[in-house]
Amino acid sequence: MSQPLPLRTHAETEAARLPPLLARAEQLAGAVLLGEHGRRRSGLGDDFWQYRPVQPGDSRRLIDHRRSARSDTQFVKQREWQIAQSVMLWVDNAASMRFASESGLPEKADRARVLALAVAILLNRAGERVGLTGTALPPRRGETQVARLADALAQDTQDDYGSPDMRGMPAHGRAVLISDFLGDISGAQNALTSAADRGVQGIVMQVLDPAEEAFPYQGRTIFQSVGGTLAHETLKASDLRDRYLERLAERKAELAQLCALTGWRYQCHHTSESAQTALLWLYRAIDGGQGA
Amino acid sequence: MTIGPIGFAAPWLLVALALLPILWLILRAVPPAPIRRRFPGVALLIGLTDDDSVTDRTPWWLLLLRMLAVAAVITGLAGPVLNPHIKAQTNANLPLLVVLDSSWASARDWDQQRAVLDDMLSEAGRDGRPVAVMRLSAPEALVFQPADVWRSRLSGLGPEAWAPTTDTMATATSWLGEDRYETRWFSDGLARDGREALLSALQDRGPVSVYESPRAILALTPAALLDGNLELRATRVRPGAARAIEVAAFGRDPSGILRVLATLPMTFDVGTTEAIGAISLPPELRARLTQFQIVGQDHAGAITLSDDTLKRREVALIAGREDREGLELLSPLHYLEQALIPTADLLDGTLADIIPANPDAIVLADVATLAEGEQAQLLEWINDGGMLLRLAGPRLAASDISRQEEAPLMPVRLRAGGRSVGGAMSWGEPKALAPFSDSSPFFGLDIPGDVSVSAQVMAQPDPSLANRVIAQLSDGTPLVTRKRIGQGQVVLFHVTANAEWSSLPLSGLFVQMLERLAISGAASLPTAEDLAGTTWQPVKVLAADGSLSEAGNLPGVAGERLISDPLGPTLQPGLYDGPERRIARNVIGADITLAPVSWPADVPVTGLIRPAQHPFGGWLLALALILLSADVLASLGLSGRLLPARAALIALLALGLPQDAHAQDDKTLAATSEMVLAHVLTGDAQLDDTARAGLLGLSQTLFFRTSIEPSNPIGVDLEADELAVFPLLYWPITPDQPIPSDVAYAKLNTYLRTGGMILFDTRDANVSGFGASSPNGAKLQKLAAPLDIPPLEAIPEDHVLTRTFYLLQDFPGRHAGRGIWVEAAPPDAKKIEGMPFRNLNDGVTPVVIGGNDWASAWAMDARGNPMFPVGRGFAGERQRELAYRFGVNLVMHVLTGNYKSDQVHVPALLDRLGQ
Repeated sequence: MSQPLPLRTHAETEAARLPPLLARAEQLAGAVLLGEHGRRRSGLGDDFWQYRPVQPGDSRRLIDHRRSARSDTQFVKQREWQIAQSVMLWVDNAASMRFASESGLPEKADRARVLALAVAILLNRAGERVGLTGTALPPRRGETQVARLADALAQDTQDDYGSPDMRGMPAHGRAVLISDFLGDISGAQNALTSAADRGVQGIVMQVLDPAEEAFPYQGRTIFQSVGGTLAHETLKASDLRDRYLERLAERKAELAQLCALTGWRYQCHHTSESAQTALLWLYRAIDGGQGA
Repeated sequence: MTIGPIGFAAPWLLVALALLPILWLILRAVPPAPIRRRFPGVALLIGLTDDDSVTDRTPWWLLLLRMLAVAAVITGLAGPVLNPHIKAQTNANLPLLVVLDSSWASARDWDQQRAVLDDMLSEAGRDGRPVAVMRLSAPEALVFQPADVWRSRLSGLGPEAWAPTTDTMATATSWLGEDRYETRWFSDGLARDGREALLSALQDRGPVSVYESPRAILALTPAALLDGNLELRATRVRPGAARAIEVAAFGRDPSGILRVLATLPMTFDVGTTEAIGAISLPPELRARLTQFQIVGQDHAGAITLSDDTLKRREVALIAGREDREGLELLSPLHYLEQALIPTADLLDGTLADIIPANPDAIVLADVATLAEGEQAQLLEWINDGGMLLRLAGPRLAASDISRQEEAPLMPVRLRAGGRSVGGAMSWGEPKALAPFSDSSPFFGLDIPGDVSVSAQVMAQPDPSLANRVIAQLSDGTPLVTRKRIGQGQVVLFHVTANAEWSSLPLSGLFVQMLERLAISGAASLPTAEDLAGTTWQPVKVLAADGSLSEAGNLPGVAGERLISDPLGPTLQPGLYDGPERRIARNVIGADITLAPVSWPADVPVTGLIRPAQHPFGGWLLALALILLSADVLASLGLSGRLLPARAALIALLALGLPQDAHAQDDKTLAATSEMVLAHVLTGDAQLDDTARAGLLGLSQTLFFRTSIEPSNPIGVDLEADELAVFPLLYWPITPDQPIPSDVAYAKLNTYLRTGGMILFDTRDANVSGFGASSPNGAKLQKLAAPLDIPPLEAIPEDHVLTRTFYLLQDFPGRHAGRGIWVEAAPPDAKKIEGMPFRNLNDGVTPVVIGGNDWASAWAMDARGNPMFPVGRGFAGERQRELAYRFGVNLVMHVLTGNYKSDQVHVPALLDRLGQ
């Protein structure tokens, strides 16, 4: 059980280094709610954006006569697009995430939570609504939501491997799934396909420990899952290395393939790398690479 | 079984070494214990099988380590012994007789003998042979006993300080019995009469073998006094190569500790058995000698004890008249000198010079009266064992000494005038001496017929007179009287020391009498006849190893036995106390010659040295343990369970490193490298800042005006900081500052006693005159109560503080309050005529108490501007200037003490130098 308070402080420091993040909305319909930050493009909203000459196809009702009367051409008044998008986070809190191969490295769960909360803070700052998948924490805005998120993220479960829970996912929202995806792949498969069915776009971030990438073991070894439910004994661990790495690469390829199919984005992150890099990538991914 | 120099107690165990190759195979086949690892990726591993069914192999070096450990265990348990003693296989069925010479000459090799004997006895114990032990120096009847009994008695079989004699060897022969047994003889290597008889008797009863150390025995004969030098003679058993030895003379130093007083190198020439050396020592040193020893020889024969024969007594001769130049034969001391010179050292000088030299005897020839002080000194000297010999003469006869009542330094009362017999004006013949009574020390001396007395002083008849007479004339009048005082005595010869009154000084009897009175020491050993009838008590006895021990309650020895009888259990070598003197009986007589024993060719002679056997099974087992623990570490390391080396290193460092030293005290460092003014931190930040600024201002002023160049001032925490480095502490008083702890007060008192000064500042213009009526004054009283402060007085006009640099009469600060208080002048300080001031205390006043808030007046900011206003206008600036001047004077006073007071003497000094 992690402590919510240090977790939040940690996340705040991570988030403080990035400019406010604006979620890109692809779908206007559905989950659009007005927020207070303009999208710097025309759309629904209260604030004036621009006058533009009438183009063919514009409805005559859109013509702004007050402006048009001042000149010879006719103008249409556009307002700035103001939306708030729901971003749903899922952070694997199963036992497999509570693993660090060396004392100097953070646990995978710790890194995942920090990243998730940092993204949540950024999104919140940008006026988005952030929640957790499942029914526990529906998307809301505000500082209290960040506090609730920090609280909810700190929960642990005793299961060995987790699978994304996509219930309560608003259609056309966005989702961020962070896990090691080392368990049964079918859970992730189901989640992604069902999310794609509902028009949810998102990001899959796989967090791995360097030891899981390198498999630096040798000799007679009994490998146990962190929860203790699975065990595998080998007499010569070094012999397993190649085949393990093969399977891991297979798993990564599977995930990437799944994401490509559903229009999601996939990234693998190692706990030995900087969290800032991962957050930067997340920021880019959520923002659609267009910048604020 | 033996392999080279190594033998095995249980060689059959070595067969187990053949199992090692099998063990190799087994150990190699057993896989190492599995490691349990947490690994989230295990889900990906499920279903993977090991291709290779062959197990992971233990590294070869680990296997080798284990093999070595097992081999070490097997070899260790097999009982390996380095240099095992191989039993002689002869005569194992006969009982064993061990014959020991047990003489002083065996003492040197006793340790080796004992080791060999111990081995021999344990071997006999294993063989079940009964053993008997015969010591020739103290023979007993043969008792065959199990060897273990003798082993437990081994320490009691040590050598004695004497040697076997023909008698003891004959006694031993008579106890040999008729049985057959094997004999092993531990010889000391010296030839003795009776050895052959004993040897042939032993050979009749079985085989004989001899154990003998080939090392040469050295012996030292008693020292003799020859022409004032001490002559020593060392002998050795066999003539051989030249050999240099050293003889150490031991004696007590003036504090009674036994030391080597002198060493004498001696050399045995090639082919000789004797080395002779002489050593010359001053009589004082010679008198303190107790023994001589050949350096490096630890047995009684290499030691000779010295006794009274080496001592020459110191006798001081003092006569009443010294003005008889040219009339040697009439000098009162002439005959005494002639009698004493051969055997004693004579001292000349006055009585006052001689008594501190503590002579053995003082002779007063015709000295009647002594000064009061001399008499007391003499009495004390006699009390401590001195011997005062007085001789009569015309002066004594004419004086009134010991007339009415007995004088302390006279044995008897004297009648006026004395008497003369046989002269021209008297009747009768000169008197002869009566035979000495048996209670007299002169008893036994022959009285020559020609000794006559024609004049003498007469003893007054007294109740105690009879006890004090030790020689008398034929008519019963006392001739020599004696009185004991403390441990010493006073003896009066009632005749003169020259031949005026009697012919006694001309006779040999006079010399003998002096000898008997132990005034002159006898330089030769007494003969057995001299000692007949006396009993001599042993004081110290010499052991075989050369150590002296108290004799305890050994019985006394008859005088006729002491000199001539051979040493034995009833006459042990050592020091013997007898009447009036002490005689040393040494192991080696003056005329001894040492000869080597020659054994017949059919007797095997063995040395005592043989290589010690070393069982080292324990070492091998320890090696196995070490290897096994290395194996534990290696196995842990292989399976990754060994603590990371870093952690172990850190733990080791944490254990090994000493605790971090205290951080350097920056303040103390700063104060020791430069002169620094300091103020006491009161806890009131504003006040402390003011004090600091004030001292800074004063420091600047000192820097500009004087040769004192202080560094920046320092605030001192009384509890934590070292005070000794600060010459001056400025202590502003505030009512709410904390009272320092006892430790701090102890430091402050030390500071004040060792020349420090505290300037107390109540900062209230002294409105209450330091009474308790102002809060600061009350606080000052509380703060200063535990301090060790001398009586104080208001500063007098001529105090040195008024003129150490500037001439000042008042000491204003921010306030121009009343005077300040300093250590009171001594009550007897008087103003000397012509001097401008008194010569007051010879030091620095430890405290100065005032209330003028000097720090505020001195206070200066970083740019040198005053921080607080003082007074009004020009008068105020004048007051600030005076405040600075007071500060300068104060620091000058602290640093130079009463230098300015001493300046008053400069004209006188210059005058004395003649300028």
